[in-house]
Amino acid sequence: MSEEYSVEIVNPEKSFLSKDDVTEVVVPAFEGEIGILKDHISIISFLKPGIIKIFSKSGEESFYVNDGIIEFKNNNLSILTSLILNLKDMDKEKISEVQKSAEEELKKPEINDQEKYLLDQKLEVIKSIN
Amino acid sequence: MASLDDLKKRISSVKSTQKITKAMKMVAAAKLRRAQESAEKGRPYSDKMNSIILNLSNGISDIENAPKLLSGNGEDKVHLCVVMTSDRGLCGGFNTNIIKKAKQYFQKVLDEGKTLKIITVGAKGYDQLKRLYGDNIIERISFKDSKNVNYFDADKVGKIVIEKFEKKEFDVCAIFYNQFKNVITQIPQEQQIIPLKTSEKEENSSEDNYEFEPEEDEILSNLLPKNISTQIFKAMLENSASEQGSRMSAMDNATRNAGEMVDKLTIEYNRSRQAAITKELIEIISGAESL
Repeated sequence: MSEEYSVEIVNPEKSFLSKDDVTEVVVPAFEGEIGILKDHISIISFLKPGIIKIFSKSGEESFYVNDGIIEFKNNNLSILTSLILNLKDMDKEKISEVQKSAEEELKKPEINDQEKYLLDQKLEVIKSIN
Repeated sequence: MASLDDLKKRISSVKSTQKITKAMKMVAAAKLRRAQESAEKGRPYSDKMNSIILNLSNGISDIENAPKLLSGNGEDKVHLCVVMTSDRGLCGGFNTNIIKKAKQYFQKVLDEGKTLKIITVGAKGYDQLKRLYGDNIIERISFKDSKNVNYFDADKVGKIVIEKFEKKEFDVCAIFYNQFKNVITQIPQEQQIIPLKTSEKEENSSEDNYEFEPEEDEILSNLLPKNISTQIFKAMLENSASEQGSRMSAMDNATRNAGEMVDKLTIEYNRSRQAAITKELIEIISGAESL
């Protein structure tokens, strides 16, 4: 029995990534990181800002996501997200850009607790990449 | 009858118009391909989103406590209509068709004695609606500056809608846009997004048991606002493909018409030139004869 399953990442503009030979995916779910292996029970969850790690035969890939939903069903993992960036493509400039916009958001007086939590999370993740 | 000079001027002016329409057609064709591509690429996202929401809403046990975005707030008094049109003109019946569809809906709402509120997206919709429904328009949004349709624009519209819903400014929300079928046909669509209409019942494997993290309702209440933005984004993509398609066929027609007109005018020009020559000849001959 192979230990592989397929993953698809879509953002509103296009299908971002699709792979058939994935052995494990680690996603930053709202209540903590989840690692998903083959034959995981069907699950729906949503994501907080963080890093998605995809382990496959061809190696390991990491992506930064802003938010998203995941659905795992019949060994198909779908990740819907509005903003996703490949860590490989993220240079210093881009990182500081995201960081700056998050910091500015955080300064706004009208944000609520949940938004604040998400933004804090975002900053933490971004700083950890740096 | 127009003089030769006038005809000549008209011919050259029609010809230059034809040049413009031809160029616009080419540009629209190029843009259409891109818009169509992005509309197709955008489909998986909204389809997936839809199926997840369907799965979730099937899993919800008590409808009473379902999020309001899904089931509505139980009232049906104030209707909000988001009319999505283009920012530019010269695209055939594109905007008119949407407006026509929207006006039917407006009339129905007003006839039933309900309150109507309108948000226009795109400059042309506002221009066409401001005379009749100026008082009903509460917001006008235009994305003239952004070159391509992008998700963040859609998200902005979505956030406005949700904010208004949370302030209880309306009960039912519908969006109007053109669905792209092919270059010649675009179908004006009316789609209700709040409360969400789950028209297609999931037949297959709805007894699939999902594990939810966190709880269903929490996921749903997080997901539904996103879904609204997604639906609006989808509408924007369809709209931009339709706009280019519509413009392309309109400009194609215009080019053809201009061609016909040039032919007609050229014949008229040649005839009157011939007539002038004949007249001159007669004058010379009769002048010579009388000597």
